[in-house]
Amino acid sequence: MKKLFSTYFRDKDIQQLIGKQLRLGVILSSAIVLVGGIIYLVRHGHEQPSYGSFTGVREGLDNLPGIWQGVLENKGMNIIQLGVVLLIATPIIRIAFSVIAFLLERDYLYVVLTLVVLGVIMFSMSGGLAG
Amino acid sequence: MTILFFTLILLCGAFTAGLLGSLTGLGGGVVIIPLLTLGFHVDIRYAIGTALVASIATSSGSASAYVKEGITNIRLGMFLEIATTTGAVAGALIAVYMPTNVVAIIFGLVLIFSSLVSLRKKTQYAEDSSQSKLAAQLRLNSSYPSANGAVNYQVHRVPGGYFMMTFAGVMSGLLGIGSGALKVLAMDNIMRIPFKVSTTTSNFMIGVTAAASAVVYLQRGYISPGLCMPVVLGVLAGAFAGSKLLTRANVKWLRIVFSVVIGFLALQMIYNGITGKL
Repeated sequence: MKKLFSTYFRDKDIQQLIGKQLRLGVILSSAIVLVGGIIYLVRHGHEQPSYGSFTGVREGLDNLPGIWQGVLENKGMNIIQLGVVLLIATPIIRIAFSVIAFLLERDYLYVVLTLVVLGVIMFSMSGGLAG
Repeated sequence: MTILFFTLILLCGAFTAGLLGSLTGLGGGVVIIPLLTLGFHVDIRYAIGTALVASIATSSGSASAYVKEGITNIRLGMFLEIATTTGAVAGALIAVYMPTNVVAIIFGLVLIFSSLVSLRKKTQYAEDSSQSKLAAQLRLNSSYPSANGAVNYQVHRVPGGYFMMTFAGVMSGLLGIGSGALKVLAMDNIMRIPFKVSTTTSNFMIGVTAAASAVVYLQRGYISPGLCMPVVLGVLAGAFAGSKLLTRANVKWLRIVFSVVIGFLALQMIYNGITGKL
């Protein structure tokens, strides 16, 4: 049974799954960006853009709790940023999927290598690097 | 200029960038930074954050198609992603200490290099008889489907390729680009992988590499929703349109014209960097 399971999920199927996950991530995040964008433009479309000098994004758009807080308040900017975060997460989720894929293939060398990639990304997420 | 007008022009610009990028294989991200900085006088730090997000979008969007066809060498991609992600995180850290005009100059140089790579005649290397022990141990040798059945290939000079990939990762983290040209160069010229495989594997890796530095840039406030919205939607729509149009008939001329345009943009980035305008 175990063997059947692992042959069933061999290369092709898991690669198709990864392909689907990537596509779904892109479609879903661009839909969220579009919704947020419409809200943002309706409310702020008549204002003047100011990207000439770097000030960083406004408070609450540079961390997950802040972004989510604004989404709950229906802020267009935050909804766009939620979509952007989902987009950034899409390839990271793909890596996590690959760990499972290699595990099912019993390719333990690649389970470790994939976990290293995931570890590097987690390390860069851990705030201390944000400077 | 109001935000609405600004967004609409940017959407059109990003659409064109995505369309040309996918038709010529150069990727849409490369022109996003000059478009924003030279065209719209956006600070280069916002431009870098926006371009990173755009390259994740195009990479994930097209990688999904290639993975399905089984051309991408997932093991090779995963192994080299260790190099590109560590490089990307290092690049994002270096970026904090680097003056923006120096970033603009480096960007210009990489841009010129990328356009030259895309113009170069693609030569398929003769099968190298040398065996890489490391490639065998890492199970990097693979095959890809073709009209005449599966084609086997060997991966060569793994350490050299790994080193070049680390450099590609640093550039990606520093400049906010996918640095696909550097990745393809590492796989084509150093590791001697068939370019059908190297192009798709590079594309597969771009998203992960960009995500590694994007999480740093997000926390630094470089990723601005007002800019990402039109750019991501425009580039994606453009890339999609490009993949539907891809007839390859007149692509050769289009590629030359696009490369010349990119060369001009690169020179302007370098000029503005030297004179301290960026």
